[in-house]
Amino acid sequence: MSSLDSLELPAPANPATSTEHRPRREPSLALIGGLTVAGLLFAWWAVTSAGLIEPLFLPSPQAVLARAWRLLGEGYMEASLGQHLAASLGRIGLALLAALLTAIPLGIAIGRHRLVRGIFDPLIEFYRPIPPLAYLPLIVIWCGIGELSKVLLIYLAIFAPLAIATATGVRSVDPARLRAAQSLGASPAQLVRHVILPGALPEILTGIRIGLGVGWSTLVAAELIAATRGLGFMVQSAAQFLVTDVVILGILVIALIAFALELGLRALQRKLVPWHGQAH
Amino acid sequence: MALLELLRVSARYPGATGPVLHDISLCLGPGQLLVALGPSGSGKTTLLNLIAGFVAPSAGRISLDGVPVQGPGAERGVVFQDDALLPWQDVLGNVAFGLQLAGVPRAEREARARQLLALVDLAGFERRRIWELSGGQKQRVGLARALAADPRVLLMDEPFGALDAFIREQMQELLLQVWQRTRKPVLLITHDIEEAVFLATDLILLAPNPGRIAERLSLDFAQRYAAGESARSIKSDPRFIETREHVLAQVFAERLRRSA
Repeated sequence: MSSLDSLELPAPANPATSTEHRPRREPSLALIGGLTVAGLLFAWWAVTSAGLIEPLFLPSPQAVLARAWRLLGEGYMEASLGQHLAASLGRIGLALLAALLTAIPLGIAIGRHRLVRGIFDPLIEFYRPIPPLAYLPLIVIWCGIGELSKVLLIYLAIFAPLAIATATGVRSVDPARLRAAQSLGASPAQLVRHVILPGALPEILTGIRIGLGVGWSTLVAAELIAATRGLGFMVQSAAQFLVTDVVILGILVIALIAFALELGLRALQRKLVPWHGQAH
Repeated sequence: MALLELLRVSARYPGATGPVLHDISLCLGPGQLLVALGPSGSGKTTLLNLIAGFVAPSAGRISLDGVPVQGPGAERGVVFQDDALLPWQDVLGNVAFGLQLAGVPRAEREARARQLLALVDLAGFERRRIWELSGGQKQRVGLARALAADPRVLLMDEPFGALDAFIREQMQELLLQVWQRTRKPVLLITHDIEEAVFLATDLILLAPNPGRIAERLSLDFAQRYAAGESARSIKSDPRFIETREHVLAQVFAERLRRSA
């Protein structure tokens, strides 16, 4: 009998606690996040319309919105918001393209060949932790203040994480898959095309995500160099004239673009590598 | 027809003191199903890697139809223990992969892949994703993929080792059916004694430290299965049990000799 008692013991232990364990619908993360943003906006609106803060320091949300409307049309510093945005996106797009074309092949070579790894690993690891602003003056001395310097700075920021992620991805490719392809007659080029690249794709996409994040935050620094267009330039020059609403607007647009890039890349990752994270 | 020959082959790993395999000679020809049975450390997988060309022997000669083996190639198909399929292709793409590498046009290679999927009882699974398959189904895709490249010999590295007992028996019978239909010479590596005795036309027992051939047996249970006898009837035949016990005794005798 004692064994039966011990079997029954845990079930009815305490009716009060057992009701607490009933599964309850958790509020979704998107809802919580939305409430946070709404609360912040409300606080912003409340303190500005109550006149607690001078508009020079913090203009009201309405003022920023109105400024956004005007920026879309007449623009700021002889360029519309769209043109500033296009200039910034063009620079980061060009830098990303150049990084994709160079960092991925180099990453594959580093991951595949000991010699290449030995040559490039210390170089990349040496410059990667340096903040881009620290080597910006050197780039200006070498390459001038033109478009090249800005794109080069963003390119360098994207290059290192992308090359490192690619090399890591290449090294993590299952050796059994390589052998399987070899015993089906794959040439070295076919191995790269059909096994190594798809195998490293999850890490490569993560590298692009990290690289774009770093690159986008380098953008403002890059656009400090004698730019006449770009979101970074817009914020910078508006700050010099104390046009606070343009500063806030610029910051918000920069944040929104970064957010959109991140979401887009996550969606791309789900679409391109549906097997990632699947038990197989 | 294909003839695989190993002549006094040895293998050692860089930095290791003793050889992994020592003085292995064997022949594998048409209609043969050679099983290499041995405990872990007896160099079974190394033997397969040598023949597949993944590693080079430190001594001896390996040749297929008189041509020395140098590196991996499509004429020696391999089925791996963990399927090693490519998750970025569907089932049909995986089976057709060898033909794709050889530059065969899409329509032709997919038709061939469909035939092979039918051969391993997976017709209708063409568009499935790899991660949607069970372990046994993955191994069947692996077998179909190796056969699709039309290799001259088929090498199998503990292909059923990770499957549960019920599926494993099904797969053993499937392998015998495929072997009978394609008539390709097969080398199978295993540590499962019953599997070895059931499948082998030729059984080699490997002993460890260094890996070497301790005994060779010629068996006929696979042919009896091919001639239509049921697997259950074969496995309950006193002669089958006697052979299995003999092999088991050999493995234990070897273990006692080592510990002594």
